[in-house]
Amino acid sequence: MDLNYTAEQNAFRADVRQFLQDHLPDDIRERVKKRLRPDKAMTERWQKILSDAGWGASTWPTEFGGTGWSPIQQLIFEEECALAGAPRQLDFGLRMVAPVIMTFGNEKQKQRFLPGILTGEDWWCQGYSEPGSGSDLASLRTSAKLENGGYVVNGQKTWTTLGQHADWIFCLVRTSTEGKPQQGISFLLIDMKSPGVTVRPIIMLDGEHEINEVYFDNVKVPADNLIGEENRGWTYAKFLLGHERTGLANVGQWKSLMRRLKEVAHEERDGQRPLMENTRFRDRLAQLDIELRALELTTLRVLTNDAGPGPQASILKIKGSEIGQSLFELLMEATGQDAIAHIPDALELGYDGPRVGSEDATPATGDYFNMRKLSIFGGSNEIQRNIIAQMVLGL
Amino acid sequence: MNFNLTDEQQMLQDSLRRFLANEYGFEKRGQIIASGQGRDNGTWQALAEMGLLGFTFPEAHDGLGGNAIDTMLVMESFGRALVVEPYLATVVLGGGLVRDAGSEAQKAAILPAITAGEHFMAFAHSEPGARYHLNQVSTKAAPSGDDFVINGHKTAVLHGAQADQLIVSARTIGADNDAYGLTLFLIDRTAEGVTVSDFATHDGHRTAEIRFTNVTVGSAALLGPQDRAAAVIEKATDLAIAALCAEAVGVMEAMNAATLEYTRTRKQFGVPIAKFQVLQHNMADMFIATEQARSMAILAASEADSDDRARRRTAVSMAKTLVGQSARAVGQKGVQLHGGMGVTDEMFAAHLFKRLTLINLLFGDADHHLAQVSDALLAKSA
Repeated sequence: MDLNYTAEQNAFRADVRQFLQDHLPDDIRERVKKRLRPDKAMTERWQKILSDAGWGASTWPTEFGGTGWSPIQQLIFEEECALAGAPRQLDFGLRMVAPVIMTFGNEKQKQRFLPGILTGEDWWCQGYSEPGSGSDLASLRTSAKLENGGYVVNGQKTWTTLGQHADWIFCLVRTSTEGKPQQGISFLLIDMKSPGVTVRPIIMLDGEHEINEVYFDNVKVPADNLIGEENRGWTYAKFLLGHERTGLANVGQWKSLMRRLKEVAHEERDGQRPLMENTRFRDRLAQLDIELRALELTTLRVLTNDAGPGPQASILKIKGSEIGQSLFELLMEATGQDAIAHIPDALELGYDGPRVGSEDATPATGDYFNMRKLSIFGGSNEIQRNIIAQMVLGL
Repeated sequence: MNFNLTDEQQMLQDSLRRFLANEYGFEKRGQIIASGQGRDNGTWQALAEMGLLGFTFPEAHDGLGGNAIDTMLVMESFGRALVVEPYLATVVLGGGLVRDAGSEAQKAAILPAITAGEHFMAFAHSEPGARYHLNQVSTKAAPSGDDFVINGHKTAVLHGAQADQLIVSARTIGADNDAYGLTLFLIDRTAEGVTVSDFATHDGHRTAEIRFTNVTVGSAALLGPQDRAAAVIEKATDLAIAALCAEAVGVMEAMNAATLEYTRTRKQFGVPIAKFQVLQHNMADMFIATEQARSMAILAASEADSDDRARRRTAVSMAKTLVGQSARAVGQKGVQLHGGMGVTDEMFAAHLFKRLTLINLLFGDADHHLAQVSDALLAKSA
């Protein structure tokens, strides 16, 4: 047991840091560091820069164009990216559908879909939840019927994050109503440009457009776009959720925000003194710092486990979301009453109009509202506790 | 970066756990506590034979040359079985102080004796009103020719009355809260002027109040340099905290196992109460708290040997904060889920809860250590 990074790992970290210094564009860095509105072009540009350097997919094996990095290297990479102000890469392609295609897809599907994910050319979104199927995912009703050698899809998906930008959606669809609800589900890849696909925005409580409803009205999908076997989609979906959860601990991003939060606490004034000298605030910051350190180590333990992450990854989802939410809460409270102003224009890069308080106050409250999603999506934290109770504790 | 045990560590942990499971049951433990001796000689000899009493001592003094990670493995296993033997007092604190501050002659005299299971020690440091402030020492050691005359009052000395030899902190110079001016002395528990009052603790260990009245010792009794013991006291405390964090993780594991077992067996409304989601979520939270605490116990053990003071102290305080909080949460929830049975002395869970509660109170509770971490944030580089 040794918590020190090896010389190789430290050298790897130095390489990543150097790369970021050389290749991360200043405007992207500024946008991320100031917590401005995310931008499609920014995410695509960054993905292209990474993939041109051979670093487009830090979690993929080399045979598919990934880096083949160890879990520790992946975490170092993520952490350095976050600390440098690189945007988060799009999980839906890289961490969610890609592992499913690699594991359960056929050769043609791998060749057709993986390169576009790697270069960022194809933007993916997730079609799991439906208006009536949230935590009870298996009750989903969007149907896919085989007609003339292809599927015809009808139904509605919701909470589709960044679906407004998407070229493709990976969907769970009902192909059978026989047996248990889980048994009639299939995993289907659908081109968002297909006739009959309609995307409608859902405006979140921060006033931003991040999520959508996606309607399918007699959408024709080639049978080639079915992953694996028909009615086996539930297995693939669960596999995907396991991969998603390990990414949800988000340690690198939270460490970067924690660093900024400490700076903000030194910069913001509390009457005659810096906010950091306010003991009640500082104690909450210290508490969060401790919990984040524990999360970091727990993440390392889970990801370096030879047996794979398994259901223990639910710990990472629960603690990662709770800690993230607390970070944004403190970032908001750190700027005090300055955080009450809602100035959507000020979330754009280059804004030079009036604002209230510091630049840290501008995104603070919107972010706080937005981040309530963390404990709800990706399997709500209550569902994660069910998973721990059933899969880990055997109840 | 890796979290794997070596083959030797794994074998040792396995054999220690097997031994405790076979030889240190709940009933046996109750008898040891009732004896008032604060230990079981058979158990202590078995630990000596496994090499555990000299685990972290230098090989030159009959030890195994281990580190705080090795101590962690031992303490975690002790936690699972709720061992009440004076390992922390004699081996981690007493032996650790001699190892880190003693002269070659002192090490040669004491460490092999501890390793053989023949010598017991205690660290007499805390004083009334000092709470968790390590430099708050009013006990005085006044020079008198080549000797020192010691007067003072020490409190909460773990296993003090059962020790052969005490390590006593005393002020040789300076004001009551100065770091400079602290000196350690080796004093026989039966020396003239030493008055010991022995008490049981709530969790089956022993503690002592000790008064020193004109206790005269020669310069051979000095352990480490005169006036400059603060650093070694801090380090010994940090090693003790790391050990307690590991023990707490073992106790929490046992609490989780006992609670699972109980809720699966206990039926209400015609079903095992483990079927109820509200109980399941509480048990999931207990599991999460234990895993987060385990991460921090590993951190504490990894840093406890470090001579980088600021880094070591922050890591240890972070760990003790989170472990203290987790211990409280897991302890309280564990008792709650046992229902009425949880508040009876016949249940293992109740004893686990008592130990978890006392671990939080030893060497700084969660609030104390949170304040250490918090105050370190005042420096902009933190």
